[in-house]
Amino acid sequence: MMAMQMGDASAFDRAFREEIAVSEHHHPHDDNHTEPPSDLVLRVQALESLLIEKGLVDPATIDVLIDTYETKVGPRNGANVVARAWGDSEFKKWLLRDATAAIASLGYTGRQGEHMKVVENTPTVHNLVVCTLCSCYPWPVLGLPPVWYKSAPYRSRAVTDPRGVLEEFGMVLADNIEIRVWDSTSEIRYLVLPERPEGTEGWSEADLTELVTRNAMIGVEKAKRPMDIGRNR
Amino acid sequence: MNSAHDLGGMHGFGPINPEPENEEPVFHSDWEKRVFGLTLAAGFLGKWNIDMSRNARERQHPVDYLRHTYYENWLAGLEKLLVEAELVSPEELRIGNAGGPADESIQQRVLKADEVAEVIAKGSPVAMANSSAPRYKSGDSIRAVNRHPMGHTREPRYVRGRVGVIHEYHGTYVFPDRSAEGSKEGRHLYNVRFTAEALWGESASGRNAVYVDLWEDYLEPA
Repeated sequence: MMAMQMGDASAFDRAFREEIAVSEHHHPHDDNHTEPPSDLVLRVQALESLLIEKGLVDPATIDVLIDTYETKVGPRNGANVVARAWGDSEFKKWLLRDATAAIASLGYTGRQGEHMKVVENTPTVHNLVVCTLCSCYPWPVLGLPPVWYKSAPYRSRAVTDPRGVLEEFGMVLADNIEIRVWDSTSEIRYLVLPERPEGTEGWSEADLTELVTRNAMIGVEKAKRPMDIGRNR
Repeated sequence: MNSAHDLGGMHGFGPINPEPENEEPVFHSDWEKRVFGLTLAAGFLGKWNIDMSRNARERQHPVDYLRHTYYENWLAGLEKLLVEAELVSPEELRIGNAGGPADESIQQRVLKADEVAEVIAKGSPVAMANSSAPRYKSGDSIRAVNRHPMGHTREPRYVRGRVGVIHEYHGTYVFPDRSAEGSKEGRHLYNVRFTAEALWGESASGRNAVYVDLWEDYLEPA
């Protein structure tokens, strides 16, 4: 199918597709200080200096906002939620009934996580989260979304071909497993509770968190197995 | 509006090519960081809400929306919001110099660095009090209304006209279609289960389903 498209493509289409291919990743020149800054870098610098000059933003605030999501709010929060649910059945019931309150009890609240739902993977049901319309994602527990989550390939295909999408992440599900795709169209944010891996009986909560990846909480992977982190060999 | 942001079900974008989780940085360049921080900081001025913000990114030529990287779309949206809210003039944006300071009343709203942690932890809840009884309950069959508004909506094209079942009633939440016009109105919000077959036809796996949050205005009995 791809070959047919290539053969039929006009020059414009080809150029357009190449630009999309570039835009799925980052602009490679931004970090190269031996070249002059790109138009985009200059445009952002100009906007920031204009807003500072007009008194509309405080650059120190911007630094703190960036630092918050680079170093403080990230998927370790979600891993703590999952590990707690794996080890504490009462907490798990609460999490599945009222995720917002249960997650807040661990200190994770606020922006882009004001209204939370947790969906549980089981031996017969696998859950996958997407936002086809933009990039909705539960920031307090997962931080900011990865590039692929915001990209056109994932957003377009997660709802039509979830099995194919999971295979791209190396996850092959048996045909009899039901896949539930959650499209985040409202302000409710979804977090997947992965299955607790076998061979983790008696593990501490801190050890369990090591098995919980960001991708598992989006639903594109299973949690790691003990052997994946060098345990239970 | 039926624009390029409404991607569910489109073909031809190629493989996902995810960066390995443990190798991907939160931001891929310094300019992305600044666009992220500027967008949040400017949002705290209170001149627009999240639906207006999404709508500003969506109101681009579809080719531009798809060609841009993620934070380029944020930048385009922010510039549009600043001009439309008359915080910045098109001329100031073009030449990059301020024609004058912002109004004192706006400057007083500027978020300070030591206020960030608190406002982030607080967030902006959009649940509202119920003012009427919900029309549907769990298990009811509904059809997503076939509608194509020119303004902002959160009813994806791929569910329009399709029959699903109410999975769960969430409560009353701010209605994005009106919120994008600056009006805060509550509507009943539901989670609706659509089978893959209902959405994509007989060749789709009958075991799979897509769950979509939809407001009552998007639904009719089926």
